[in-house]
Amino acid sequence: MFYREAGDFKTSYSEDNQTFPIKFDRWRYYFVLLVAFAVVPFLINDYWVNAVFLPFLIYSIAAIGLNILVGYCGQVSLGTGGFMAVGAYACYKLMTSFPEVNIFFHVLMSGGITALVCVAFGLPSLRIKGFYLAVATLAAQFFLVWLFNKVAWFYNYSASGQINSPERTVFGVPVTGAQTEPWAAYMFCLVFLVICAVIARNLTRGMQGRKWMAIRDMDIAAEIIGVNPLKAKLSAFGVSGFFVGISGALFFAVYLGAVEVGEVFGISKSFIVLFMVIIGGLGSIFGSFAGAAFLVLLPVLLKNVLVGTLGWPTDTAAHLEFMIVGALIVTFLIAEPHGLAQLWRVAKEKLRLWPFPH
Amino acid sequence: MPEQVIFGMEVFLNGLMAGVLYALVALGFVLIYKASGIFNYAQGVMALFAALTLVGIMEGQVPFSHLINAALGTDLHHFGWHVPAFLAILLTMVVMVALSWLVNKIIFKHLVNQEAIILFMATIGLAYFLEGFGDIMWGSEIKKLDVGLPQGINSLIDETTFKIFDYGFFIDNLDIVATIVAALLVCALVAFAQYSKQGRAMRAVADDHQAALSVGISLNFIWVMVWSLAGFVALVAGIMWGTKSGVQFSLSLIALKALPVLMLGGFTSIPGAIVGGLIIGVGEKLFEFIMSSQAIAGQLFGFTLSATENWFAYVLALIFLVFRPQGLFGEKIIERV
Repeated sequence: MFYREAGDFKTSYSEDNQTFPIKFDRWRYYFVLLVAFAVVPFLINDYWVNAVFLPFLIYSIAAIGLNILVGYCGQVSLGTGGFMAVGAYACYKLMTSFPEVNIFFHVLMSGGITALVCVAFGLPSLRIKGFYLAVATLAAQFFLVWLFNKVAWFYNYSASGQINSPERTVFGVPVTGAQTEPWAAYMFCLVFLVICAVIARNLTRGMQGRKWMAIRDMDIAAEIIGVNPLKAKLSAFGVSGFFVGISGALFFAVYLGAVEVGEVFGISKSFIVLFMVIIGGLGSIFGSFAGAAFLVLLPVLLKNVLVGTLGWPTDTAAHLEFMIVGALIVTFLIAEPHGLAQLWRVAKEKLRLWPFPH
Repeated sequence: MPEQVIFGMEVFLNGLMAGVLYALVALGFVLIYKASGIFNYAQGVMALFAALTLVGIMEGQVPFSHLINAALGTDLHHFGWHVPAFLAILLTMVVMVALSWLVNKIIFKHLVNQEAIILFMATIGLAYFLEGFGDIMWGSEIKKLDVGLPQGINSLIDETTFKIFDYGFFIDNLDIVATIVAALLVCALVAFAQYSKQGRAMRAVADDHQAALSVGISLNFIWVMVWSLAGFVALVAGIMWGTKSGVQFSLSLIALKALPVLMLGGFTSIPGAIVGGLIIGVGEKLFEFIMSSQAIAGQLFGFTLSATENWFAYVLALIFLVFRPQGLFGEKIIERV
């Protein structure tokens, strides 16, 4: 590695508990933020934003949300697609009902609404555990998608059954609708991602996060040492729902612009986000980013190589993509069940010692 | 008798038949879960893959023809022969056994002692892989599967019910055959597990891996055997569903139909899968019938609902589980600190 720590001189609890104990890491974090906010917006064009950056940012938010529920609190959920749909439809209803309010608050409020729905579907988790719970969350997935399909009030009785995001501006710059500049959409999502990541990191390293992890490791034992399982589990569902709802709202309003619920927020969406969490690393905020980046970049790369370079028909390439994604997931699980975050940790440890064996 | 009751009876019978088909898929899940603790999400895709392979062999398709054509610029499609159904089923079975062996050799041998969620994720990865593999091997267009099973309305039932109620019930011959086959399959599986040497070894592994190892049972052999059995069940399910609605991608979604059946019946119980399947099959058909009918739901509640089949089974299972978390016949969950 390009730096070495010289001993461990922490003298207070807060110093021990900080996110970036090494100054170099902290500066690198500020540097990444600077590049993301001040350099990238000037370089990107339409293709890069729509194919890479927007999906990455939005899926990262969803992955952080799911990681809180699955990785930190140990409640496996397969209802992410349905909860994202709640965020999207809540955002749509708010945008069309209160056009004078800034869209920033609409997105936040759709997160709040999703949190409530998520808590309601999380109630059975007090009785049902493990796989039974995972399958039970599928009830949320199918029921919510059906609801948004059948009840015309949710899509304002439009003939196509689709929802379309109207044009809304932040500081006079359009962020949704056809007039949106690529950099504006990018910045809008980036702000939400940074806010979410900071909140998630600070929640999970504090008391709430430790309660969740106690529940994850063994809920009966956690109950005995004084963690209230009702509050801990439902708060995890709530916080997770908040993030997932925000990502759903952004996915609809900024990224796609028009949504047909069965296609966009189907069961496969739930699985993709779960893949991101597992490939990235359960119980790691960095892992959520890594997993999202991996699963967003891989299909783009494969498509470019197979269709663009080799000139194969798209359907064969799509099937091959399925095979490769499946094989990679299995390979990852065999090589490192704790995901990319653990690989990164191990690599850092190795490099820190590197030319010397001890 | 009022008209609605007679329609309801017909729906009930059809629900029973559908329930048997759900149970058939659920059986494959239970077998693998009992023996190896793996919750095999790929069961549905295995059914699709088996059906695709069966059609491919019967029609004499060239495997990977799309890929070969794309890579080499050739124009291959068929070998030009037709294989009789019986032989094709045998060959497909060989493929499924080979697949089970490979899956164990390549994937699950390396994942022994991992957490259940990791194993579950691995099966989802396997499902993705098999889905792409099946399509690349045999092409993704919708195929017709005909192994000589009778299809169409059963005229005997139609005539008998017409004499009694003045209204002939529509019961598909295929559903009747499927019911009989499923019943036979369950009997055979139970007999195999109870009385044969391998079956007893399988139950021993299900009870306790370590103890089974210590009395000299080969875990590897049992796992390959169980996956092959699940492959066989998948093949049967694939034939039934494939004949009914064509061999296509949606076939793999029957796994999603089987999950609430499993929850209701308990992950570890073969009778549970059957009873759960019947309850779900009848429940969702009757619910759909009642809620979508203007004459019943329209008058009782003042509104009607349609397409409830997608979620009814899950919500039913969810409500049920709140009161009995281990399902109908599942093993009691005992937790200790």
